Amino acid sequence: MSVRQPPLEGERRTAVPGGDEARPAALVPAAGSGGDSADAALLAAPEVVAQSLADYVVAWWRRVRGGESGMLPVLAGMIAIVVIFQAQNSLFLSAGNLVNLLIQAAVFVLLGVGEVFVLLLGEIDLSVGFAAGIGGGLMAALVAPPFNAPWWAAILAALVGNMVMGLVLGTLVTRLRLPSFIVTLAALIGFEGLMIWMFDSLSVAVGGVITVSNRYILDLVSGTLSPAASWIVMVALVVAFGALTFYRDARRRSSGLVAPPWGVSALKVGLAAVAGVVLVLICNTNRGIHSATLHTTVEGVPWAIPIIFAVMLGASFLLARTRFGRYVYAIGGNAEAARRAGVDLVLIRTVAFGLTGLLAGMAGIIYTSWLGSIATDIDGGDYVLYAVAAAVIGGTSLFGGRGKPLHALLGGVVIAAIANGLALLGASAAATYMVTALVLLAAITVDSIARRGQGAGARAKV
Amino acid sequence: MVEALLERGAPLLELQGVEKSFGPVRALDGIDLTIQAGKVTALCGDNGAGKSVTIKIISGIVPADAGEIVWRGRPVRIHTPRDAAALGIATVYQDLALCDNLDIVQNMFLGRETVRAAVLSEAPMEIAARRTLADLHVTTVRSIRQPVASLSGGQRQSVAVARAVLWNSQLMILDEPTAALGVSQTAMVLELVRRLAEQGYAVLIVSHNLNDVFEVADRIAVLHLGQMVAQGDVGQFDRQSVVELMTTGALVRNGAPPPGGPVLDGSRED
Repeated sequence: MSVRQPPLEGERRTAVPGGDEARPAALVPAAGSGGDSADAALLAAPEVVAQSLADYVVAWWRRVRGGESGMLPVLAGMIAIVVIFQAQNSLFLSAGNLVNLLIQAAVFVLLGVGEVFVLLLGEIDLSVGFAAGIGGGLMAALVAPPFNAPWWAAILAALVGNMVMGLVLGTLVTRLRLPSFIVTLAALIGFEGLMIWMFDSLSVAVGGVITVSNRYILDLVSGTLSPAASWIVMVALVVAFGALTFYRDARRRSSGLVAPPWGVSALKVGLAAVAGVVLVLICNTNRGIHSATLHTTVEGVPWAIPIIFAVMLGASFLLARTRFGRYVYAIGGNAEAARRAGVDLVLIRTVAFGLTGLLAGMAGIIYTSWLGSIATDIDGGDYVLYAVAAAVIGGTSLFGGRGKPLHALLGGVVIAAIANGLALLGASAAATYMVTALVLLAAITVDSIARRGQGAGARAKV
Repeated sequence: MVEALLERGAPLLELQGVEKSFGPVRALDGIDLTIQAGKVTALCGDNGAGKSVTIKIISGIVPADAGEIVWRGRPVRIHTPRDAAALGIATVYQDLALCDNLDIVQNMFLGRETVRAAVLSEAPMEIAARRTLADLHVTTVRSIRQPVASLSGGQRQSVAVARAVLWNSQLMILDEPTAALGVSQTAMVLELVRRLAEQGYAVLIVSHNLNDVFEVADRIAVLHLGQMVAQGDVGQFDRQSVVELMTTGALVRNGAPPPGGPVLDGSRED
């Protein structure tokens, strides 16, 4: 432990006594740098440090133990939920119920993905629930008399309207430098009022309910691809994903850059293929009614699933592969650093609120399509909390800079699974709320412990 | 747009009679300072001597009240940080201004990402970042795709400096670069500073630590209560004289004139 050691070494040694004992060779300077990198690898993504699949697994596991558990807790939680509910009621894993569960999750997922954009900035949007109500109501009213707008125009109008509402909130937060918690809390209250006022002044709203009869809008959720089309679309997507993955790896290698080991990429594509096949098998099972008097056939992937998939793809692309996304993460990580680097904080923050609004609009449309109507009694307050919970349960940080749209997808499915499973068991609303609360608490505890682990590591290094 | 580096020893930036007051407080009283290409200039001074103001003027954060700033032989105006950056002046502050959640490449290119058809093209950025780090012999990082949060203090400093090099800066101002670092980390940063100078960059380093100053500097400039009391090659100073200049503004030991002769001009001695 002389001062001639590579700098990181000396610091880490004192911080992690015993780390050396396992590697006596690390006392030699040359090998010492190897020990250094093993420590640094704690936080580096396994993709960038692994040479082979085995390496990858080792690096990944080390990272999990170092507190970067990623999506592991939510996946473990999901398996636990499935096992518990399936043991209690064998209908839980039936094809019909699983499809139902995914559709239930759709609204949570869309709101959650929207929330991810603002959570990444270290902001929050509490208004998305009633914003969704306004969007759904606007669409439902536009396709009905007296407007009789085409279905696509109604959807477009609702999305634009919601996006503008989000941009207004973003402008208030950024230009007037108001805390987003308070601005969107005001919007939570204000949008409920706006929604009730809108329904009151519309002649199609009967008793605060607008019923949708437009086939296309109803089919967004209840319509299905034919079983054959389901297979074709799934196979095409998996093949495209695989081709893109291997093409990107090959290009990185040919540029002399590190690419994930072949085995890791193959494993990823393989898992995607398995997930796709399972999903299509479930959806293609006839989940119609079979009784002595009635036989109906309902099969194929409901449209809601490819819609969610497209949203996930778009949001992930925006955050991971564009300047806008990079700046969102940068602002969430260190706003001052981003500002000094020339990032337009006001623009990026405002646009993020606009996107949150846009996704709230989509959630409202899917919600309306699912129920076949929209009413002023929509639980906007509950929905926004579920949206934030979905993002956080999945692993997005409330403090900015850490998170992905995929987290909202996993979290949304977990929340829907709890609601669905408890409903199957005939549990009361009281029980549902309390169980959801416990899951949220468990998720944030895992997140907080993970962060504390990282913090200790970071302190040891300074 | 990018000018070649000047040859070693040529004056890159000169402050001539720069003054700055904050209300009644005279922070800089007409200082002269020459920063040479390919050399490390250490700016020393006690608290309140005017080191921070000098840096802020050079990096465009506060404008000077009077005096001339000469860059590569021509007078320039530096009113905003953008002006300074356009000339090729990069300031690495103590807090480093890195995003912990982004990786090394993302931090080095933050705000100037390479895009193709609105999509980030990671490969060229990664290659350029790797080359810059290799040029600076920053080799202790395991992967340039690891988040900055996982780096040591010295490595973070290296990334911040590499970021400045990548963007064609010619003068790096390092504000107390070793203040928060341990012994081995400090050695790493000082080595990096030497390497910058060897590659032709001018470095202005502000430090309280005279060990660091004597280890790394080619030239020393001493400020005392807003006046430049001495300036010259490191060989003309010893630890004792720098301490005396920093604390009293003059050499009391043996009456010998302080190094850098003309800087301590007679007019200010009375």
